Amino acid sequence: MTPAPRKQRMIFVGVMVVGVAAAVALALLAIGENMLYFFSPTQIKNGEAPQGRTLRVGGLVVPGSVAREAGSLAVHFELTDNRESLPVRYSGILPDLFREGQGIVASGALDPDGLFVAAEVLAKHDENYMPPEVAEALELAKEGGNMPMPHGVLKE
Amino acid sequence: MIPEIGHFALILALVMAIAQATFPLAGALARVPAWSRVVVPAARAQFAFNLLAFGCLTWAFVAQDFSVTYVAQNSNSLLPVLYRISAVWGAHEGSLLLWSLTLSIWTLAVSLFSGSLPEAFRVRVLAVMGAISVGFFLFMLGTSNPFERLIPAAIEGKDLNPLLQDPGLILHPPMLYMGYVGLAVPFSFAIAALIDGRLDPAWTRWTRPWTVIAWVFLTLGITLGSWWAYYELGWGGWWFWDPVENASFMPWLVATALIHSLAVSEQRGAFKAWTVLLAIFAFSLSLLGTFLVRSGVLVSVHAFASDPARGVFILAFLAFVTGSGLALYAWRAHALSGGGRFEFLSRETLLLVNNVLLVVASASVLLGTLYPLLLDAAGIGKISVGPPYFNKVFVPLMLPLLAVLGIGPLTRWKQDKTRRIFVRLRAPLIASVVIGIGFAMATNTQGLVEVIAGVSFALWVTITTLLGVKDRLGRGVASVAGLFRLPRSFAGMTIAHLGAAVAVVGVTLTSSMSTEKDLRFAPGESHELAGFEFRFLGVQEFPGANYTAERGLVEVSRNGNVITQLFPEKRLYVNAQSPMTEAAIDPGLTRDLYVALGEDVGDGAWAIRVYHKPFIRWIWLGGLLMGLGGLLAVTDRRYRIVVRRKQRASLPDLDAGTLAEG
Repeated sequence: MTPAPRKQRMIFVGVMVVGVAAAVALALLAIGENMLYFFSPTQIKNGEAPQGRTLRVGGLVVPGSVAREAGSLAVHFELTDNRESLPVRYSGILPDLFREGQGIVASGALDPDGLFVAAEVLAKHDENYMPPEVAEALELAKEGGNMPMPHGVLKE
Repeated sequence: MIPEIGHFALILALVMAIAQATFPLAGALARVPAWSRVVVPAARAQFAFNLLAFGCLTWAFVAQDFSVTYVAQNSNSLLPVLYRISAVWGAHEGSLLLWSLTLSIWTLAVSLFSGSLPEAFRVRVLAVMGAISVGFFLFMLGTSNPFERLIPAAIEGKDLNPLLQDPGLILHPPMLYMGYVGLAVPFSFAIAALIDGRLDPAWTRWTRPWTVIAWVFLTLGITLGSWWAYYELGWGGWWFWDPVENASFMPWLVATALIHSLAVSEQRGAFKAWTVLLAIFAFSLSLLGTFLVRSGVLVSVHAFASDPARGVFILAFLAFVTGSGLALYAWRAHALSGGGRFEFLSRETLLLVNNVLLVVASASVLLGTLYPLLLDAAGIGKISVGPPYFNKVFVPLMLPLLAVLGIGPLTRWKQDKTRRIFVRLRAPLIASVVIGIGFAMATNTQGLVEVIAGVSFALWVTITTLLGVKDRLGRGVASVAGLFRLPRSFAGMTIAHLGAAVAVVGVTLTSSMSTEKDLRFAPGESHELAGFEFRFLGVQEFPGANYTAERGLVEVSRNGNVITQLFPEKRLYVNAQSPMTEAAIDPGLTRDLYVALGEDVGDGAWAIRVYHKPFIRWIWLGGLLMGLGGLLAVTDRRYRIVVRRKQRASLPDLDAGTLAEG
């Protein structure tokens, strides 16, 4: 083999390694940026959740709290972990299994008044199914504990 | 009685699988090579018993035997017969039975179409497949027996999940499983080659068609799943980066890499060790997918921890299969190295880039899928990784892949000239970029950059692929007859690559040009969306077989002319008491109109979701073309059995050598 192709090959291997490393770095960066943390209503009441950042909350829909604004698709309801409750506003069509007393997860952001403005509401397709985060949050609220929380997501 | 026969058949299938897996080894240890003759009949008997078990479960569903727990949980006396049959694989136990049946179908196929393989090699392949079967039979019999009786019997079944009561879902799981499980064949070939300690051109010629067929099933299964999610889930999305979807997509990415690396191994004798490694990875990812979907770990890490029998079994099995595969690889792979040399600019290099990109893409999907599970399991916190992560990482990896896809097929094996490539590709490059920009300007949509990139890359792939066809046809014979005389493998590759371009157009244009609105419609009221007028004419009660529906009527018109009437439904399934949204779709080659009923918001008004989805069908059309291309490629002359038999006669030394070894 002549030296030139070998050199080319080394360059090629180098480019590949750099490329893969870049992809890994990109992936880790993206995963850091796009992680959505889950908070329970109690944690939000305690001020643990950052404002204005996209996050997920979950709990049971408080019976009797669901109200539609007349003439629009905006809907208000409250979520509870049986200790604290959180007012939520959502505009649009609720999923099939959204109903009072049901465990749901919503993603969105907190506004300055402590209202959670949901961009998406999820209720899984099984009336017996409880979102695992919600189940755990309820359990912990009952025991008076707190959800485990990664470092560095405290108030900003 | 029939369920007991099924249960017994399952046990016999396990016994046959054990014989299939162990007799060759036992024969070698006992120095009685004749023992390995048991393998082929054992494999066929295993299939027969597995089929019998499957038939018994199907019978229990069709005959509504609610004394079987699994039937009582997943069927109902009102369920139409067709869905009673598909309910067999509607939940955990039955889908495992389908898994093992699929594996035994592949095993049977290998035993039938491998007559031309050297006997010792054939026995090894079937033994490895038998070992995989043993794992799944043990899993079923130990933790997930579909034939378990319910005492006392239920009077009425709980009903099949309404989401699964759909024609798309009858076919989706069997297709996907044929693909998933089909990757066990290249895996077994790879393990057999590692045991042999050698990998010759004949090996790749045997392995390639099996791998491509498995890949075709996987492609079609994923395409079908995406289409089903689109019309059935009522959200109008076609891909959610859901862990369950990722579970099938990761093996697909690696299998795609594998069929390309097999091409290099067959044509040039290079990448052999890498090919074997990919075969191990592809099947390991299939098993990982099975673990993710079947262990309950996705529902909750903690639910998994509280009932760990199932998850731990699959995890241990996954560790065993992957671990022993990789250990064998580490021990023997050096024997496979060597092979065709190639220069920097060559088709080999470009296919290597293809492989690296696909494997990295698969790894990035793996990271996004497992990361939340790992954090949760470690008690660090509850996070979710949504589509933004996947889009951000996946798309930048696919763009260079498409770029290389245009260059690769036009580049020569072994060595090519930069100048020649540059001269050939200059015009296609300019044309695709110019037309891409032109298209984006003409349609004047949001997401200008995405549209330009997507259309340009798709055109780039299309033009260069067609250039390849022109090269093959040669000068002057460019006729329709000439097209049909192209080698099938080349024609298959061409169609599959065009399919990729079509899918890219669909993905890009749907993602950036769709308009969707949730709107409040009073009866008689109309709203405008993307130039179409949607008029809501009210909702009526409508009875179904096992549900009642509220059926809306939406009339769609454009410039005053009525185009279509759509009937979206909100169904309430009687037994499960669960509501379901059935969207109504007016499909078209360049756009879908999609209407889904939301909820009654009072005064006869409804919340209705209205979508305009340009080019969404192209996504699935692309998937179908890729599958079609794969099918065409495996019918190439050189893979036909007759041809192989003849070649066998011309390769006596090879056969004799391997036989002596066994």
